[in-house]
Amino acid sequence: MDFLRPATLQQALEAKAERPAAVPIAGGTDVMVEINFDTRRPDALLDLNQVAELAEIGSDGGLLRVGACVSYARIIGELGRELPGLALASRTVGSPQIRNRGTVGGNLGAASPAGDAHPVLLACDALVEAASVRGTRLIPAAGFYQGPKRSVLAPDELITAFRIGPAMGPQQFAKIGTRNAMVIAVCSFALSLWPQGRPAGTGGTIGTGIGSAGPVPLRATDAEEFLAAELASAGLWESGVALPSTVTHTFGELVAGAARPIDDVRGTAAYRRHALSVLARRTLGWTWDSYRKGARQCA
Amino acid sequence: MRVSMRVNGRRVTAEDVWEGESLLFVLRERLGLPGSKNACEQGECGSCTVYLDDSPVCACLVAAGQAGGRDVVTVEGLAGAAGLDAVQQAFMDAGAVQCGFCTPGLIVQAHYLLRETVDAGGPVPDDGEIREVLAGNLCRCTGYEKILDAVRLAAARKAAAAAAAAGQAEPGQAEVGR
Ligand SMILES: Cc1cc2nc3c(=O)[nH]c(=O)nc-3n(C[C@H](O)[C@H](O)[C@H](O)COP(=O)(O)OP(=O)(O)OC[C@H]3O[C@@H](n4cnc5c(N)ncnc54)[C@H](O)[C@@H]3O)c2cc1C
Ligand code: FES
Ligand code: FES
Repeated sequence: MDFLRPATLQQALEAKAERPAAVPIAGGTDVMVEINFDTRRPDALLDLNQVAELAEIGSDGGLLRVGACVSYARIIGELGRELPGLALASRTVGSPQIRNRGTVGGNLGAASPAGDAHPVLLACDALVEAASVRGTRLIPAAGFYQGPKRSVLAPDELITAFRIGPAMGPQQFAKIGTRNAMVIAVCSFALSLWPQGRPAGTGGTIGTGIGSAGPVPLRATDAEEFLAAELASAGLWESGVALPSTVTHTFGELVAGAARPIDDVRGTAAYRRHALSVLARRTLGWTWDSYRKGARQCA
Repeated sequence: MRVSMRVNGRRVTAEDVWEGESLLFVLRERLGLPGSKNACEQGECGSCTVYLDDSPVCACLVAAGQAGGRDVVTVEGLAGAAGLDAVQQAFMDAGAVQCGFCTPGLIVQAHYLLRETVDAGGPVPDDGEIREVLAGNLCRCTGYEKILDAVRLAAARKAAAAAAAAGQAEPGQAEVGR
């Protein structure tokens, strides 16, 4: 096995072009488990920790640009205000030790349908930035995942960052597991409200993301459209009154309907659908309450 | 390959390191530091917790090569010339050690908690904070109540020491103020 340790992004991309089979290692919280248990024996590891560019947080044309190697701990500590949904999801990842090492780049690289960053990236229309010696491209999160642990990333590409709009309204993330810490999601759900729309001024929209209930992380597009239409037609964004229970109920059903879950060791498909409808209703309740509070404060 | 790093303040070099080897293996088997324990090798138990450049991490999930040129502090590095660290002493005094396998990881993680709270001039961490920060450290002997007692004890002792030091410093400061 070789251990490659590029010092710059350019060197990292050249190394990946030369050795497409080299396995990138960022926090190592997925890769090292596989190596320790001998389920993966790559002929080279490509350490990304020395590449300063990958650990940067910046902005680009109204979007935040978060380096692939920024840890969950840093997202919680430095981006809680701009990315409340991602910070909430990050808080549920593993343990403090895992959050100090684990990265969103690694979550994307692993492309597990249970990865906790994915629902939020979907709900916020994030773009995955992938680079190779051939150039850089931006992949909408919804088009990134191809199947369990498979993505559209080419063998010579590295994930360099993700780009994501800062929150313009309340966001939530909720996850079902057997205990509070250290659990892989049985299912998870992310919700974001964009009262001004995306881009701002185009009318309120909703973002959703479903985790661990399908071969890939999913969006609940029907649920998003239903809710946005209900809020607009009844003038609820303006009035800020409580949501009719029929609306929250239907929203939950539509989210459950968008899932494509299977029975596995962590739960049955039926349980996952049911749990998702509950998570969807709850997160909608929480976000709508904080939207109403915010609206009242502005008035 | 050869990996050089700083461990507990000393520059060390490990030879013949396999490229897929973990930092934990290097510490225990090549550098003679068996304090950090190997229990699960998958990040679940926290008994291998060490500081890597000031952040506590699972040493079993850091590739040894990734630690090259960096700073590692293990449980062996916490005691100073003056004796045991306050957290180590409190674990003994509170009876928080049964078989002891989880203890080194818990001590490093609790040390980090106090460094970020009491040592930084903040308040004593509450039980919620202690539980949260120790959520990734499993004790198979399940003596969690005593472990919490130990962390509370260490925090209280540190806070008392800080208050005493501040009490002594205050008259001096008042004089300067005048
Ligand atoms: C105890 C434990 C608990 C966990 N709990 C959770 C949890 O609650 N939720 C959750 O979502 N995950 C969890 N995980 C999984 C893991 O922590 C996450 O998937 C994390 O985001 C991986 O990031 P990393 O930087 O450690 O990835 P690595 O292990 O370094 O890499 C993961 C994969 O991505 C590839 N990769 C990494 N960076 C790049 C890049 N820049 N470009 C291209 N490919 C790249 C690697 O080659 C590898 O295939 C847990 C893991 C452990 C050990
Ligand atoms: S041995 Fe590293 S977490 Fe268990
Ligand atoms: S004292 Fe035995 S594992 Fe904790």
